[in-house]
Amino acid sequence: MATIQMLRPALRSKEGGERVGLAALIVVAVAVLAVGAKWVTGFAAVAMMLAALLGIVSVVLVALLGGPEAKRALAPYGLLKPGSIWMALFYLAPVWTLLKSSLSSKASRFAVQTDFTWEFSNYATAFSDFGPQFARAFLYAGAATVLTLLIGFPIAYVIAFRGGAYRNVLLGLVVIPFFTSYLIRTIAWTSILADSGPVVSVLDTLRLTSLLESVGLMEDGRLMNTATAVIGGLTYNFLPFMILPIYVALEKIDVRLVDAAQDLYSSPTRAFRMVVLPLSLSGVFAGTLLTFIPAAGDFVNAQFLGNPNTTMIGNSIQDQFLRQNNYPVASAMSFVLMAIITLLVVIYSRFFGTEDLV
Amino acid sequence: MSISTRRGRIGRILLNAYAVVGFAYLFLPIAVIVLFSFNKPKGKFNIVWQEFTLDNWKQPFSDEGLTSALWTSLKIAGLSTAIATVLGSMIAIGLARYRFKGSGAYEFLLVLPLTTPEIVLGSSLATLFLGQSIVEFGFTTIVIAHVMFQISFVALTVRARIRGFDWTLEQAAQDLGASPMRTFWSVTFPLILPGILAASLLAFALSIDDFIITFFNSGSTITFPLQVFGASRVQLPPQINVLASTILMVTVTIMVIGSLRGARAARRDARP
Repeated sequence: MATIQMLRPALRSKEGGERVGLAALIVVAVAVLAVGAKWVTGFAAVAMMLAALLGIVSVVLVALLGGPEAKRALAPYGLLKPGSIWMALFYLAPVWTLLKSSLSSKASRFAVQTDFTWEFSNYATAFSDFGPQFARAFLYAGAATVLTLLIGFPIAYVIAFRGGAYRNVLLGLVVIPFFTSYLIRTIAWTSILADSGPVVSVLDTLRLTSLLESVGLMEDGRLMNTATAVIGGLTYNFLPFMILPIYVALEKIDVRLVDAAQDLYSSPTRAFRMVVLPLSLSGVFAGTLLTFIPAAGDFVNAQFLGNPNTTMIGNSIQDQFLRQNNYPVASAMSFVLMAIITLLVVIYSRFFGTEDLV
Repeated sequence: MSISTRRGRIGRILLNAYAVVGFAYLFLPIAVIVLFSFNKPKGKFNIVWQEFTLDNWKQPFSDEGLTSALWTSLKIAGLSTAIATVLGSMIAIGLARYRFKGSGAYEFLLVLPLTTPEIVLGSSLATLFLGQSIVEFGFTTIVIAHVMFQISFVALTVRARIRGFDWTLEQAAQDLGASPMRTFWSVTFPLILPGILAASLLAFALSIDDFIITFFNSGSTITFPLQVFGASRVQLPPQINVLASTILMVTVTIMVIGSLRGARAARRDARP
């Protein structure tokens, strides 16, 4: 009854409903996060869950008994709540457990349990033992991003401006290859790039092998198990993530702007540079991020197309975590990867900033 | 664009040729996958072309591990897509329909999982599941993981699709005496359903194909990508190509039917 007394203003007004909705959303999310991440245990955890329950009860009360204004104000928070709980528990809480795990130590290699001991040496190990892997991850991802941009921009441009009635068909064609499994597509490249495969034999016939070897694109007459193959695989696998956002940006451009520029005697090149390019930048921004971020964390391409000297940080994290059971060091590497990427994204958006990523 | 100069025309042809080569590049591995489903491999690895055969297509399910893994994948994708579609669509409606305090910050939070590398999502979720005894690594943890990354995709896709929705229709229904529930189910829901269906198809495809996040949270449960990965060290049976080609054909068919129906509906609406 006391709760209802307290909620009385909320039952009447829009502001009241809004306040209850927002407060309950925050309380529930924080409680779920705190208990999930084990910030609180025992009695405190029970108390937090009770608080969350109280939040939900008060929302239900307002929804049942409140005036129409209050109900309306409450609706968005009610709609967001279940999804938010899921994300708080399984996206935000894991970031915390990852950080904790990265500062823990293990009694032995075979122990499952990790003990939180402020073990900063995990980070030292991550950098000293896996520095080259970090460097290669960002180098390869960067190279793949540049390549996807060079390949993807003209494709997006042709679809947007020359596609005509076939725009949607062409867009479908961009997406279709990606309905086959990522792994199987990557394995298909091992057939294509194999020593006896079509690409290598064409290069042999054209006598380009030694030239490519001298610039470091091939090793011992092979394409398979080289850095080239890894970067090529990354480029291939993330190409649609570049094409689609650029297409979305180009599609919005009013073609009459280009016509206007040309009517005012600008050359096609100049019209492109002064009109189309600036208006496509939001797509380029989104595309480069959507390519670079997953590519930097990838280990599938390096696993299938590379050699032991082309492993990326993803391979090391996977190996340390799942094969060596070295959770603390793997967590430290994961955390560093996330931190570096966040930092890069922040710097990049400062220079290149647009808000709409999706 | 009216480009009439000769240089312009040559440039135009070159650009189109470039795009054609680009499309060829996109489809090269797909062609290889389909082609090798008709291959009769020597030994255990189906990566070198030997001779044409239809045997693999006659026995698509002869690799038991692969078939049961595909079945597991379909179950996981079905369950996680159902959960994520409901939760994600609720978020999308909440964001699109109402202006409220904190919606900007909320949208930022929603984009975050999409800008986190999969390996970080997978390993961090695994550290949450390690050292607790409520759920064991396996089917449940995979579903939890998939819903986690699907929610953002569903919410953002549905929100983008319903951005232009005319919410005054709801007021009209309520003015005519419909209850909020009735208004939602007989006015709003049918109109936003295509967007929700498109988002859930995307989510389903993401779940079926997910490898990295699943790899960290699978325990002893084996999904289709995990089976392919595990087997790839010792064998690559042509059934992998057969099943992959089948999945491809099914999705392409669904896409074509969907877009044809969409086009027909658009024509019908355009008619006076």
